[in-house]
Amino acid sequence: MTEKVDCIIIGAGMSGLASGIRLSMYDKKVLILEKHSIEGGLNSYYSRGKRKFDVGLHALTNFVNPKDKGKPFNKLMKQLRIPYEEFKLSPQNYSLIQFPDKKLKFSNEIALLTEEIHQNFPTQIDGFIRLLDHIRAFDEVNLNNETVMAKTVVRNFISDESLIEMIFCPLLIYGSAWENDMDFSQFVIMFKSIFLEGFSRPEGGVRTILNLLLNKLKEAGGEIRYKSEVTRIISHNNKITGVEINHSHIIECDQVLSSMGLPETYGVVSEFETLSRPAVGKLSFCESILMTDKKPRDLGIDATIIFYNNRPHYLYQKPTTLFDKDSAVVCFPNNFLYDKFEDDTHEGVLRVTNIANFDLWNDLKSSEDKAHYKEQKEVVYQNAIEILKKCGLKSDYQMLFKDIFTPTTIKRYTQHFDGTVYGSTDKSRNGKTPIDGLYIIGTDQGFLGIVGSMLSGISMANLHILQGDLK
Amino acid sequence: MVTNEEVRAKVLDIIADIALDDDVTGIKDDVALREQLDLDSMDFLDIVMELKKRHKIEVPQEDYPRLASMQSCVEYLGPKFNQ
Repeated sequence: MTEKVDCIIIGAGMSGLASGIRLSMYDKKVLILEKHSIEGGLNSYYSRGKRKFDVGLHALTNFVNPKDKGKPFNKLMKQLRIPYEEFKLSPQNYSLIQFPDKKLKFSNEIALLTEEIHQNFPTQIDGFIRLLDHIRAFDEVNLNNETVMAKTVVRNFISDESLIEMIFCPLLIYGSAWENDMDFSQFVIMFKSIFLEGFSRPEGGVRTILNLLLNKLKEAGGEIRYKSEVTRIISHNNKITGVEINHSHIIECDQVLSSMGLPETYGVVSEFETLSRPAVGKLSFCESILMTDKKPRDLGIDATIIFYNNRPHYLYQKPTTLFDKDSAVVCFPNNFLYDKFEDDTHEGVLRVTNIANFDLWNDLKSSEDKAHYKEQKEVVYQNAIEILKKCGLKSDYQMLFKDIFTPTTIKRYTQHFDGTVYGSTDKSRNGKTPIDGLYIIGTDQGFLGIVGSMLSGISMANLHILQGDLK
Repeated sequence: MVTNEEVRAKVLDIIADIALDDDVTGIKDDVALREQLDLDSMDFLDIVMELKKRHKIEVPQEDYPRLASMQSCVEYLGPKFNQ
């Protein structure tokens, strides 16, 4: 007998889990199909020995206090019916944008960044304050916003290019699928989520969030099937009829929410010839995850995240080398306000993330001689140590553990073409595709970050499935 | 017969589940819910969906304004609970 459900969700990442909860909450028979043996997608975890590591999540953006009203994070909690305390959020100490001649500190209070800009760029402060007003008043999640490049808009307020680069640096590297610039709506989403709301970390890291989502999903009656790769999305006369998993088994359904990414989704649609070919994003990363015998604060660093750039101009683009040695995001997961996590030890974690070139890594990985790939990972590691030094980390520590992942690792675990992290430059903002019943959720719908991806899953499930039922 | 108090209690149950972090015990019946609680249009949709799920009561879109305050909820939903 053929298996049949109401809705199939592709991918058990943040957006897939969130939409799965919403749909099962309102009595849809929901099946989430996940290619891997664990959930999380781009924000997942792994263990080595007794040590647990997060991948993806450096920090949760969109930090709010429970009393704040109407912010993305509050909306998310209400829609998923998860009380605030359960996320166990711990706010950041402060973060730093570190360029060759200037540094800007920011925290979860915009006053700090404003003061830093006042000190470092006195002629720009009035423009910055006007920019803040413009951003606060802008409706960034309006699904009908036109695409306008953000730097063009920001130049109406700020004339100093180096300040523009410093402001853009964290926003680009934490979410832009575009090189060196981004769509203004996405810029505002990122600006609000990082500068106006800010960073926090759930106690226990990404697992805390995933466990909350998994429990909610179970409670609502939703099902996840692991090791189930969607190899075909089947439609007939431009209408969804089902999906094929692992090249063998077919499950019928009327609706599919796909978090695979736009090009990745279109790539498995059976009536693909009717679809446009979305661009594959260019941005991928390598990361060194390091563990030391001391906490970063005992080694001289109390910043939570350092956006490091060592060039006169900041480049957010696919490098022509294996990775960009001169810029990085350096994350210190111990440097959140209450470093009293249950899973915490005296050990310190350091994460250094560089923009990387997928094609070059892929060539190394596919070559006969595996030694080159290993050697180059060692180069990434040595560079990370140098960057940490330049960020002010004292060197009297023992390295207990190191793990380096590359764009090919990302591709292996996420199935994103070319190991992209922020997806395609073609977004489906309203989630629609030319196939009736097939909707895009997650990064390629266009809300960014962990909170954004969960909101994406929720709002697309509401808009296309639940509200449709009310009519 | 479902009394007005019972209708109020059922609506309050729904609101309490949706506005998780809000205190719903002091809701004033004649003041708009939006003014007292952190509810947006997404949450009102949830109220409508919960009414359908829990009590099989359908609220057509043109009647959404009738759910504005607790008092108007009771007036509007009372007859529907007793149908």
